Amino acid sequence: MVSYIFRRILSTMPVMAIVALFVFSLLYIAPGDPAAVIAGDQASPADVERIRQALGLDRPFLVQFGDWVWRILHGDLGTSIFTNLPVSSLIAQRLEPTLSLMAITLVLTILVAVPLGVVAAWKAGSLVDRTIMAFAVFGFSLPVFVVGYVLAYLFALQFDWLPVQGYTPLVEGLWPWLEHLILPALALGCVYIALIARITRAAMLEVLQQDYVRTARAKGLGQGSILFVHALKNAAVPIVTVIGIGIALLIGGAVVTESVFAIPGLGRLTIDAILRRDYPVIQGIVLLFSFLYVLVNLMVDVTYTLVDPRIRY
Amino acid sequence: MALLEVQNLQTHFRTPEGINRAVDGVSFHVDEGETLAIVGESGCGKSVTSMSLMRLIPEPPGKIAGSIRFQDKDLLQLSEHEMRAIRGNDISMIFQEPMTSLNPVLTVGRQIGETLRMHQGLDKQAALARAIEMLTLVGIPEPARRVREYPHQLSGGMRQRVMIAMALACNPKLLIADEPTTALDVTIQAQILRLMLDLKRRVGAAIVLITHDLGVVAEIAERVMVMYAGRKVEEAPVAELFRSPRHPYTQGLLGAVPKLGSSLSGAARRLAEIPGQVPSLKKRIDGCVFAGRCALATDLCREVAPGLEQKAPRHIVACHYAPRGAAAA
Repeated sequence: MVSYIFRRILSTMPVMAIVALFVFSLLYIAPGDPAAVIAGDQASPADVERIRQALGLDRPFLVQFGDWVWRILHGDLGTSIFTNLPVSSLIAQRLEPTLSLMAITLVLTILVAVPLGVVAAWKAGSLVDRTIMAFAVFGFSLPVFVVGYVLAYLFALQFDWLPVQGYTPLVEGLWPWLEHLILPALALGCVYIALIARITRAAMLEVLQQDYVRTARAKGLGQGSILFVHALKNAAVPIVTVIGIGIALLIGGAVVTESVFAIPGLGRLTIDAILRRDYPVIQGIVLLFSFLYVLVNLMVDVTYTLVDPRIRY
Repeated sequence: MALLEVQNLQTHFRTPEGINRAVDGVSFHVDEGETLAIVGESGCGKSVTSMSLMRLIPEPPGKIAGSIRFQDKDLLQLSEHEMRAIRGNDISMIFQEPMTSLNPVLTVGRQIGETLRMHQGLDKQAALARAIEMLTLVGIPEPARRVREYPHQLSGGMRQRVMIAMALACNPKLLIADEPTTALDVTIQAQILRLMLDLKRRVGAAIVLITHDLGVVAEIAERVMVMYAGRKVEEAPVAELFRSPRHPYTQGLLGAVPKLGSSLSGAARRLAEIPGQVPSLKKRIDGCVFAGRCALATDLCREVAPGLEQKAPRHIVACHYAPRGAAAA
């Protein structure tokens, strides 16, 4: 298992290299000249040229790429064109809110979606099943920002139970941190709850037909043990797969959610960087998200071996 | 005294095409420590009968009626909770498919142990120790290692041994074995049958053996009940049944078994077969259920269903024309 994880980490290297090449090419593919942007509207062509030279943008593509990769490998993601601060520290400042939002969303999603899917499969065809699936379609169809505003309106403005927006770091206490994240996580999680509940139901429906479920019933096991131990563990592979994909999709959703709830996270940083054509920042964020995604995939594959002993690498 | 007394068992399924009378008014009993075989073709209601005894039929679409008295309790009157305390404890079951009847993601020890933990309140350690003991009992080598393995690491015969260990872990009074050897190699079949008989003697359990294999019946059953189209058509002690089968269907079943050397005794001798197939159970049949396939059927058979009659000591048959009296041979 350890050697498998090690090999998997090694095999992510080429993936990361290709990602890096794409990220770096952004600078050339995307419209707009960063040198001109930094120079501003009033600059003369000579000023733009000077800035271009200062940033090394006039050198050949491969030289620039090699130089960039070399610096990244040394932990230097470059300097923001706009704020002149190191990209790594800009990202570090914004990392906690985004990771917190993703973590809370993920936990909430799994805790709600998996039991809903299991119950829907158990009571397949019943009113309970149809109600859950109707809600799933509903949750799936509503965009994050609509759910976000509705939740904020109801629970923050009308009932005054939770704060409308903002973020409090975890060091200032668990509850202040959590209360700022509940509504954003609910808004962001809606789609994933729907998605994971549906997949759980489908996987469970198939497993519940299996002979070993009949054996479990013949042993006199209770319904809970049959559903959540005997059946769910067999249905886990597709569910874990979808949760993994969900984490990747969360990254995109976090951007919108952070805007709606004014959370100073990576999503906001990304939007600001794109609007300002702050390429080093964009590159740094995309690299980070790619790395996270590769990591999540590794975790998904390792989880397979934990839930199904027949899967060995 | 009868351990199990089934009266007028009716298991019907509601389907879009109408009601399927999978089991239609079957009565039988099993004495303590006795082995009763239920035989018949596929689709005759054997398995549904066995699933009904455990109340494992999904309701709806299924519906079980009649009475199933086990140790003087009517199982059909019990709550689901009370029934769970009986399943796997007083009555346990072995299934046909050892390859798919064990849970692939749980260890063998866990699957044997959880019955013990639930029904006998053993803790984790004690359950594991007892699971190892059970594996030893069913003849699995290196039980201490095997107990930590998963079903896919075991052969088909081994898995059926695990199923038997699981079924016998709580010393049940009644073991229902639904085609326990059908999916196994012939050499393994004999081993598994011997094991079942041996353990039955040790544990003192009664067995209801569901099978279509008359060889298996001859080997381990004491009494045989023949089912056809959801009804009981004949019942007799095993030797009596083989010596003088009285229902045309039973005679057909016995005639359809190949005998060693029969092909040498003349080119004209062919394996007898029963023409046609089991009738649809979705229509109510007024006359004898077998009339459509019976060479001896008359208008009487097609109009009036024959009742079960005692034709010889302990031998009952549902046929208007079955011979009466003790076996001739």
